[in-house]
Amino acid sequence: MKSQLVMSFSKITLVFAVFAATLSPSFLSAQQSKPWEQIPIPKLHDFKPQQPKRIELKNGIVLFLQEDHELPFVSGSVLIPGGSREEDPAKTGLVGLYGDAWRTSGTAKMDGDALDDLLEAKAAHIETGGDVDSTAVSWDSLKGDSDQVFSLALDLLLHPKFNPEKLELAQQQAATGIVRRNDDEGEIAGREAKKLVYGANSPYTRQPELATIGAVTVDDLKAWHDRTIGGKLIVSVSGDFDPAAMEAKLRAAFEGLPPVTPAPARHDVFTGPKPGLSFIDKEDVNQSNVEIVGLGTDRHNPDVPAVAVMNEILGGGFASRLFQKVRTELGLAYSVGGGMSFGYDHPATFRVVVLTKSASTVDATKAALAEIDGLNAKPFTQIELDRAKDNILNSFLFRYDTKDKVLAERVKLEFYGYPPDYLETYKAALERVTLADLDRVAKKYIHPGKLAVLVVGNGPEIKPPLEELKLGPPQPIDITIPMPKQPLAEQKQ
Amino acid sequence: MQGRILSRFLALALLAVAMAAAGAKAQDLKRFEQRITTKVLPNGLTLIVCERPEAPVFSYSTFVDAGDVNDPSGESGLAHMFEHLAFKGTSEIGTTDYAAEKVALAKVEAANDAYETEYLKAVGRDPQKLAELKKAFVVAQAEAHKYVIPNQFTDVAERNGAEGLNAQTGMDETMFFWSMPENRLELWAWLESSRLADTVPREFYKERDVVIEERRMRTDSNPEGRLFEQFLATAYVAHNYGRSAIGWPSEVSQINATEAMDFHKKYYVGSNIVVAVVGDVKASVALPMLERYFSRIPAGPKPEEMTTVEPKQFAEKTVAIREATQPIYLEGYHRPDYRDPDDAVYDAISDVLSNGRVSRMYRSLVRDQQIAAEAGGVSPYPGDKYPSLFVFYAVPLPGHTSAEMRDPIHKEIDKLKAADVTDDELAMYKTRTRADLLRGLADNQGLANNLAEYQTRYGDWRELFLQLDRVDKVTKADIRRVANKVFVDSNRTEAWIETEPAAAQQSAPAPKDGGAK
Repeated sequence: MKSQLVMSFSKITLVFAVFAATLSPSFLSAQQSKPWEQIPIPKLHDFKPQQPKRIELKNGIVLFLQEDHELPFVSGSVLIPGGSREEDPAKTGLVGLYGDAWRTSGTAKMDGDALDDLLEAKAAHIETGGDVDSTAVSWDSLKGDSDQVFSLALDLLLHPKFNPEKLELAQQQAATGIVRRNDDEGEIAGREAKKLVYGANSPYTRQPELATIGAVTVDDLKAWHDRTIGGKLIVSVSGDFDPAAMEAKLRAAFEGLPPVTPAPARHDVFTGPKPGLSFIDKEDVNQSNVEIVGLGTDRHNPDVPAVAVMNEILGGGFASRLFQKVRTELGLAYSVGGGMSFGYDHPATFRVVVLTKSASTVDATKAALAEIDGLNAKPFTQIELDRAKDNILNSFLFRYDTKDKVLAERVKLEFYGYPPDYLETYKAALERVTLADLDRVAKKYIHPGKLAVLVVGNGPEIKPPLEELKLGPPQPIDITIPMPKQPLAEQKQ
Repeated sequence: MQGRILSRFLALALLAVAMAAAGAKAQDLKRFEQRITTKVLPNGLTLIVCERPEAPVFSYSTFVDAGDVNDPSGESGLAHMFEHLAFKGTSEIGTTDYAAEKVALAKVEAANDAYETEYLKAVGRDPQKLAELKKAFVVAQAEAHKYVIPNQFTDVAERNGAEGLNAQTGMDETMFFWSMPENRLELWAWLESSRLADTVPREFYKERDVVIEERRMRTDSNPEGRLFEQFLATAYVAHNYGRSAIGWPSEVSQINATEAMDFHKKYYVGSNIVVAVVGDVKASVALPMLERYFSRIPAGPKPEEMTTVEPKQFAEKTVAIREATQPIYLEGYHRPDYRDPDDAVYDAISDVLSNGRVSRMYRSLVRDQQIAAEAGGVSPYPGDKYPSLFVFYAVPLPGHTSAEMRDPIHKEIDKLKAADVTDDELAMYKTRTRADLLRGLADNQGLANNLAEYQTRYGDWRELFLQLDRVDKVTKADIRRVANKVFVDSNRTEAWIETEPAAAQQSAPAPKDGGAK
């Protein structure tokens, strides 16, 4: 019982919850009383988040055990290095298909359909998936079924039997996504903006096409799977189990696997976008999606804490400069925000997004660009700094307020090779950020002249026209979906 | 896997399948009863505190029993507009001088009235006068704006660690929610009770523009948004479920602050509000404090229930959209509201048809016939308080049309009518429902939302658990009976998109160098 078709006050699809504002000090002093400041804020209850137990096996595989006896469930996952950024460009989409067909195919002992029947009757799940840098098997069940479900998941990890019919099913699903990818304006804008940053053929943005997914065979899936065992697996379990018994069970399952070989280092080159204005015409919309993008950074960069505070001031939340200006003051957008994102092992993007009615496209874009520019032009104030730090630090404990979140964080840090106390040192660094740091990182990273602007919208309705942005003539981007000569279904026959 | 494409609209209905018939074992209820304290204040407002000290945080949910179904005639979108207003502060927060601001806001309202009166004149509208009135309206807004401290309410909340701060307006209800560190409980109580009791129509007309942008994003510029709006408008002839929830453009663009404040006065009374708090909170300590703050909300009679009941449908209806986007097929059948004794039977049907890769519609339309990427049948949509719809949907694979979805869906419906579901299917529904309820208990925010909602809809949060009885009582015969009663041709509205390439797109220009490909 839950209602549908809900609308929300905020539409924060972008980046982080963020904060800061442009309140002038005179306003604040003019306010007569602030009753909320009279309310006592007691000391927070003592809290030491429960860390999972980490065990490194002789072969290099790492286990994490997180006990949680609140509810009678056990869940787990095996994270496997290697993902779509390593696939053959001629078979782009392979890892996605692999992630689908792995589970739906099942194993030699039990095919995917039989697995479905068995698991669903127990309200249990085993799923597989593929991502840009990893693949994974995960499972969850009631405590009483957990031994059986774990055995099935392990069988799927070690002995999958890829089935051509299930590959075909996955290809059909992927093809549906491909032919529909131009229906939604926001999807077009997000995808094409990312391509502007990384390049259309980058391992991080190249997109599956009907031809590339059609080229994937069952042998490709098997070959991909063969390379995964031998990678540094990270096995994590959480829930209502006996830790000694669970450790013994995991050791028995994983100690016999071959020693892991480290993944080769990547040598991706990131140059950032070619500055200028691009445009995609979509006739069935009355709102423009504006993306202002550049290259971001990664979390190894010691400037990340200062950039995070700057992000907070620029946009993402209600008191940010972008939100205050474009939404609250000008009323030009419902959805507005953004900032510089951080990857774990490669630079993410700088991205500011505004959605505005066709006629105000130029005004809203100019307003957003002015706020980005303002990071260098408009001095950061102590009020902004304090607010941004309060916003980040006072909600920081929501990064580890459940045992599952603590576990997921540890797995992520292990996967990318960060120290286990990363969050603590990051928090301490956030606390130390100064106004001088903000000025320094704004100068270092914010270069409006290096950003690309993409507008997706209804060309004839955009008045004044995009030329008034003075970013040069809008370059059209062709998003026509390449159609193979034969439909997918016929290729298969 | 399911709901990937129609997620924005039907994913919540899929979730509803799990929670609707929520139930668990007796010991779960007993364990929970010890942790939950309920108190009805003299003003009629119900407070629920659930102690879950897993971490030093809490989540809350304010559930107001009024949604867009309650928008007065000609004012569609009002409940949602008011929800936005509730973030704009009060007479104490968000203003430099409320006494002066109040006077200025009255002038804004008068200026808007004068402008609208001229604008709506059917005969003799004077363009010059209209322009002058518009200018006066803009000047009055600027005058009122001088006293505004923008977004101060949300700023104080976020600086104090508010996480997931948001609100949502459904057809049936309006919900406000966030999570916070536990040492901010009293600060939260001040903020929340203030904005519920002491809303000020600050920056109303600018926020109206923001809401119209929200409509452009969700509905006008989105193929699914357009389809679902037309689907509901066609399926309903009398009840407000057929009306655009975010508001028809002509109506939402003319809602005024006076109307919003009238809505507040009528619906934001104690008897119409439940507030649930879940987390590291001690009821014995917190309740006296919470009572002090939430007593500020005015008492008032529970608003009268709506008289309109959707009449029985006797004409099959079709919404046909032919445009350049990809096909989607829907068909809906009217079903009763959540208080109907068969409520759990509808959930059982949804489960058998749609839940996971074992479901009938996945196996027939997706796996075996290979004509759809997704298919299912879910309810209730678009709300549950009033008679709603049971909606079947299918997302055709490339090369297949919406029209091809119709017969295979009807075949699945006919199977439900002609033969019993299996014992395994029925048992699976009951097992999964129970497990899904249990899984939800480890989430402060989800639990707060559920406690507040069940308290409102059933007058007792325990119904969250007690519904298991109704789930357990569903029989194979019930499913056949209900399918035969509801899934009949004359009770059906279908709505679909078939792809017709736009003329302009057929001669798209070749890509130029420099553009991303």
